[in-house]
This record gives sequence, C-alpha cells and structure tokens, in this order.
Amino acid sequence: MSEALKFHFDVDGDDFTSAGKASVQVKKNLRQLGLSPETIRRVSIAMYEGEINMVIHAGGGIADVTVTEDCIEILLSDKGPGIKDIDKAMQEGYSTASDNIRSLGFGAGMGLPNMKRYTDYMDIKSTVGVGTDITMRVNI
Amino acid sequence: MKISTIKDLLDAKVICCEEGLSRHVYSACGSDMMSDVLAYVKDQAVLLTGLVNSQVIRTAEMMDMNCIVFVRSKMPTAEMIELAKENGMIILSTEKRMYEACGLLYSNGLVGNRVKNV
Repeated sequence: MSEALKFHFDVDGDDFTSAGKASVQVKKNLRQLGLSPETIRRVSIAMYEGEINMVIHAGGGIADVTVTEDCIEILLSDKGPGIKDIDKAMQEGYSTASDNIRSLGFGAGMGLPNMKRYTDYMDIKSTVGVGTDITMRVNI
Repeated sequence: MKISTIKDLLDAKVICCEEGLSRHVYSACGSDMMSDVLAYVKDQAVLLTGLVNSQVIRTAEMMDMNCIVFVRSKMPTAEMIELAKENGMIILSTEKRMYEACGLLYSNGLVGNRVKNV
C-alpha cells in the first residue's frame, strides 16, 4: 500500500438506530484490504464506541479513518458539550449518560476505557462548550 | 457447543439464519449493557440479552459473534432481523429468563473460559 487510504463519515446525531453505521462500513472496508481479523475487530470496536458516544453525548460529528502501511488512524470530531473531567471519564464505570441512554444498552461507563483498551494510542482533546476531538491508532 | 444444541437446551425459536445452526460457539456472554459486552473479546461467542434494539445486532457484529439469544420472550424488530440476515447472524428467542438461560448453557459445558483481553 503506497498511498494512505482515507474514509470519511458524517455521523448523524439524531438517529440512535443508525448509530454504528460508519463503523460497520469501516469493518467491511478493512476486510476487503485483507487485514487480520483481530486488527479489524480492535479498530471497529473502538470506532463503534466512539461513534455511539458522539450520538448519545454530542449530537453527532464526523469520523475520518486513515489506513497507512503501519497503522489505522481514527479521528472523531464533534461540536458537543465537551468532557469536563477526562481522567474521570476514563474510569471504568463512570458515566454521565441519562437513564434513557442506559435503557438503550449504553452508558455503562465503559465506552472511553474500551476505546483505550482496543487501541495502541489514544488522545483526547476536549473543551467544554466547544467540542471533542479524539485520535486513536491501531498498529498493523 | 453447536448452536442447534443451544436452541434445544433453551427450547428456543429460530428467528433467522436457520442454515447456521450447525455452527459452533465456544463461549457466551449474557448482558443488557452493550458496552460491557464490548469490553471483552471472546472467540465465536453467543450473546444472550434482554435488550431489543439495532445496536444489539451491531455490537454482536463488531465482536464477530455469530448468534444472539433474546431471553424473556423478547422479539427483534423487522429492521433488526434484516440487519442480522445481512451478516448471517443466527437469532434465537427463548421464554427463559437470563439467569436460567445462562445457567443451562453453562452447566451443559459452554463455560466461557476462552475470555481474553486484547
């Protein structure tokens, strides 16, 4: 692979039912590239959690996935409320999600820890009232 | 454990992808919280859940699971069944409650000891 492959997605914030569509598409694209099932699984789970977060907390956003020879990079960007305390948000079990979100099966406080667990690098830049940018990388 | 055995043990109805009943699963996960399911990768697992929405199908797909059992007689929507069919995901529905369904599978040998952290 000489040139980096890029995929761009707009994540709709109004429709919980369709949340995860971008991750499903990325999983399909990575399968076509012949990457290992474990790498594909790690990327798609991390991105799926991120996508769900953007839908339930931030009213949607954008996702950019870049595949190079060495790694797969996922950039998630939203203009949501931002994360007040990132250290707290990284703790397993800590969540600010409403009961309504919990009734949908999310908001267990595992999203961000899962994203870190499945990736080799993760960086969160967040400003309250402005939005959140998350960069994740999975080495190939 | 063969998926057809799971169907028999749980006295479950097959909702879709019946052609996959001869496939095997080696571990199981019972939860209504999808992020808890996403926390641990298991090889060729079955998901038991009482949660009914499209994200259940997507979560199972992300985890490379190949069978979902809805407990407490829960039934997936037509949209969920379509999503499952696209991925060859076998869907079962049982009247049994979560505790009993998990207990039956566990005591019959589906012990879920192949859990691994990635």
